[in-house]
Amino acid sequence: MMKKLSKMPESLKPVHFRFCPGCGHGILHRIIGEIIDELWVREKTIGFAPVGCAVFAYDYFNFDVIETAHGRSPAVATAMKRLLPDRLIFTYQGDGDLAAIGIAEIIHAANRGENFSVIFVNNATYGMTGGQMAPTTLIGQKTTTTTQGRDEKATGYPLKVSEMLATIDGVSLIWRTSLDLPKNVISTKEAIRKAFQYQLDGKGFSLIEVLSPCPTDWWMSPQEALSWMRKNMIPVFPLGVIKDKYSER
Amino acid sequence: MGKIVAATGNEAVAEALRQINPDVCAAYPITPQTDMMQRFASFVSDGKVDTEIMLVESEHSAMSACIGASAGGGRVATATSGPGLALMWEMLYVASGMRLPIVMPVVNRSLSAPLNIHGDHSDAMGARDSGWIQLWSENAQEAYDNTIQAFRIGEHMDIRLPVMVCLDGFIISHSIERMEYLDDNVVKAFVREYKSLNPLLDVENPKSIGPLILPDLYHEYKRAQHEVMTKVKDVVLDVAEDFKKISGRSYGLFETYRLDDAEIAVVILNSAAGTAKDIVDEFREKGIKAGLLKPRLFRPFPYEEVAHALKNLKAVCIMDRADSFGGYGPLFMEVSSALYPLNDRPIMINKIYGLGGRDFMPQHAEIVLDELVEIVKTGKFKTIKEYIGVRE
Ligand SMILES: Cc1ncc(C[n+]2csc(CCOP(=O)(O)OP(=O)(O)O)c2C)c(N)n1
Repeated sequence: MMKKLSKMPESLKPVHFRFCPGCGHGILHRIIGEIIDELWVREKTIGFAPVGCAVFAYDYFNFDVIETAHGRSPAVATAMKRLLPDRLIFTYQGDGDLAAIGIAEIIHAANRGENFSVIFVNNATYGMTGGQMAPTTLIGQKTTTTTQGRDEKATGYPLKVSEMLATIDGVSLIWRTSLDLPKNVISTKEAIRKAFQYQLDGKGFSLIEVLSPCPTDWWMSPQEALSWMRKNMIPVFPLGVIKDKYSER
Repeated sequence: MGKIVAATGNEAVAEALRQINPDVCAAYPITPQTDMMQRFASFVSDGKVDTEIMLVESEHSAMSACIGASAGGGRVATATSGPGLALMWEMLYVASGMRLPIVMPVVNRSLSAPLNIHGDHSDAMGARDSGWIQLWSENAQEAYDNTIQAFRIGEHMDIRLPVMVCLDGFIISHSIERMEYLDDNVVKAFVREYKSLNPLLDVENPKSIGPLILPDLYHEYKRAQHEVMTKVKDVVLDVAEDFKKISGRSYGLFETYRLDDAEIAVVILNSAAGTAKDIVDEFREKGIKAGLLKPRLFRPFPYEEVAHALKNLKAVCIMDRADSFGGYGPLFMEVSSALYPLNDRPIMINKIYGLGGRDFMPQHAEIVLDELVEIVKTGKFKTIKEYIGVRE
């Protein structure tokens, strides 16, 4: 008998993901499931599903999940965490959810230093609605609402939410990672684990921005999408820890 | 003469907007409207319109942008659905209170929770009291025609009010049907050059728009909004008459179908009316005098005209694709108010159907008409309000 080295985390339901081929959401769900298992907190975790491609988070996570209106998770999570301070509470938000319609909520939750964790998935587009321009869309990137490429004169620049939030005193941890390479997937896991640990230690607001491929709405193969991320996205959204209030320097 | 095409509801309305070529459009995606404004964004990129398009960060900002552009003197449009319309709520009242003739196709969608992307009328019914004119459309042709007429109605110098054009999410927005487009120059001539009323930056006559008005005059201001609504019906009919000249298609305040000598009828909005008409035909073949009334102008509601059209019925079922929980369906409330002044009125019942995109099937219309036959026979009804097509 061969020894089974890997299995589904208990924090994920034994079902297949229905994401598009090459989508980053599946990898990220898996990482989150593994960390929650490893921290032994499944029974006290509450997830916040976004409106966006990750809307079905409740079909995949094997713990309680609440669905909020588009962009409103940080406000809802604020109150839930204050009522239930011993739970692990995380919001899972796309760049449309967090950086467009919900930008006010995230800024104020960060400013209050709320003690929950945010997983911010940046795929440079509104995936669910079919690839429209998001605030994070790159200059020149073609989307269904910028068919000639994003023109900064009409629609502004890719919004660097993480850098912006890092200027806020209430924030403890902000770290940008990527899903383009195995080593970056590993550091994504490290980052999210740290965010969850900060929350469990009562250290306040943390946000992990994860650059994530969307081959479907980038009109690319999964392989091309990964190279495109490295070539175009990472230079605009550089990886690494952006703020860590508790790092020993 | 125009051309015959196969188009979806979204495509048809986007085409109307292209022909009208507004000065400013705000675009923010939401299913099932998304591909309407997305198509329009392509018209902008391809240089087919001169419109300034604003890709905003939410519907609240979309309507705010429309208010800015309209108050600044432009012809303005945007489109939305369900939760998007709900998020605009605050701004809807600002647009109508400022008397800005913004045109907004609403691709009807349900509201959360539970989250649902499919068609029902909860969104527009929730915006019923916002001071917007509402035109409802059975199919892509009507959505196209209503969009074109909406500009003329809202921009009429006696009216100056924003207009919603409602069409059913997915059922109409995403299905392809045969329809007719008018020629670009015909549409252009029909909607005419935009004239702004009270343009800003008129240094000789400086103005404030939307100022703080306390109990001293707010009440009068709102009465003015009520009064302008009383003029809308006539304008809708005048515009429809002009529209008939260019299209050959007739529009009124509502459509009646085999209603003249009917004894029983359904009152029903939008796409489901098409399904119900087939069943009315089947009942007619059986010798039962069935008919139908499909409202087109829902705000302002044409109470006297509806009462007149329904007064000879023995029983009528008003069918709602939205619920006012704890109350009757919104269409029922209007129709029963319309019939109230009559001394002799039909028995009225209310069915709630098709929420969250539940299909309205021919057999649902059959059940309803059968029940009306029974009511006429016995003179009795079991309940006023009831859900149909429910999985038990
Ligand atoms: C009030 C409101 N407006 C618009 C929408 C439509 N909508 C659904 S998902 C979405 C964008 C999601 O993009 P993102 O957050 O980047 O997540 P992704 O789908 O790319 O994972 C939008 C605009 C909505 N559901 N509610």
